Amino acid sequence: MREKAIYILGLLGAIALVANMYNIFLVLPDEANQGAIYRIIFFHVPAAIIAFTFFFVALICSVAFLAFKTFKADAIAVAATEVGVMFATINLVTGSIWGRNIWGIWWTWDYRITSMFVCVLLYLGYLIMRPAITEPTQRATLAAVLSIFAFADVPIVWFSIRWWRTQHPGPVLETGGLPHNMAMALLYNFLALLAIGTALVLVRLRSEHVQREIESLRRLALVEA
Amino acid sequence: MNSFGAAVAIARKDLRSELRSKEATNAAVSFALVILLILSVAFEPTGDETHAIAGGLLWIVFAFSGTLILNRTFARELQNDALEALIAAPIPGWALFLGKATSSLVMMLVVEVVSLPIFAIFYDVSLVWTLVPVLLLGTWALVVVGVAFSALTVNVQLREVMLPLLIYPTLVPALIASMILTGNLLDGQAFAGDNLTWLRLLVGFDIIYTALAVGLIDIVLVG
Repeated sequence: MREKAIYILGLLGAIALVANMYNIFLVLPDEANQGAIYRIIFFHVPAAIIAFTFFFVALICSVAFLAFKTFKADAIAVAATEVGVMFATINLVTGSIWGRNIWGIWWTWDYRITSMFVCVLLYLGYLIMRPAITEPTQRATLAAVLSIFAFADVPIVWFSIRWWRTQHPGPVLETGGLPHNMAMALLYNFLALLAIGTALVLVRLRSEHVQREIESLRRLALVEA
Repeated sequence: MNSFGAAVAIARKDLRSELRSKEATNAAVSFALVILLILSVAFEPTGDETHAIAGGLLWIVFAFSGTLILNRTFARELQNDALEALIAAPIPGWALFLGKATSSLVMMLVVEVVSLPIFAIFYDVSLVWTLVPVLLLGTWALVVVGVAFSALTVNVQLREVMLPLLIYPTLVPALIASMILTGNLLDGQAFAGDNLTWLRLLVGFDIIYTALAVGLIDIVLVG
């Protein structure tokens, strides 16, 4: 049942993504100033929003683990963090490709880009530390604390780097500068990518569950031996 | 003994054992000198550009040599299971944290006091008294995050590798503020305008992370 739900969700996301791509690449016109490269926005912006959504989910689940000590919350936290880091990396890579075309450079130390990079580093630390702790309860507890520390840092990083330097184009979402059909395409692609992201989290969640099962069996075998 | 008394006792114990062995501070001071040497190769030490980035260089030295001290804060209690005894002792976790943080702060300040004049000589920089609050606040940021993560990683494999990996990204805002402030103050600016904003950011960072660390340290140590 659960497995079917994952496949259906992934399939729905994939179908929506294909339909969106048709719309994005063949129907929507080129942008007046940027030409064809502006289309990267349909992947770049949703990836950032989804990454932060998953980091927020990880924060909630980390707090839930500390409050109720349910390993399910810990499993969701690590699954969401891992997929979140993937989307944050997609955001950085697509942004870099766009920057090469528009600014002529692959990378610039602008505040949004730098903040996202620091964010990736923070959560990479989380993902690297987890396997270094062998005892499951301790691993979940320390990872949850680390997730809280990391999330608390995100707004401070954001504002500090914002005061430091600014070059990124103004956010088109907040100013409403995007035509209706492009805004809708952005929304649809966000939903499609969110569905795929959620399916990935569920797949990762299952592998976490299986991993835990294997660990407990191994301990049981050790006790019996 | 009240909780603050316990914190003071822990800080005194750490400082006394450090005073006798000097293992962490000796290593940190030597490492600070090594970094100063290496940086002088990377940048022309008395050039104008180097003056402009002097604040940044100084905090690179403090942050890197500081990890040698921060790595030891909880690890020094692993011998003879002293950490278990400290956790089992009838004192609150935050007292243990504050005691450890205070002793680490003193050790880091010792390293800074030794390396600052050497830095000033090597890089031809004239030091100013307005640096003192920035040094205190910036070092407290390093210490509070470092000691919290040192408690977090004390039982983790590859502890020495894990700590720098975790603290530097977290410290980014505090390091930016300290580097810019130090650079501006060494340049002869006063605490006004942008510098006040950076000082506020540094104070805010210190408050947020002290509160988080004090609030979460029991969970980290006991589970």
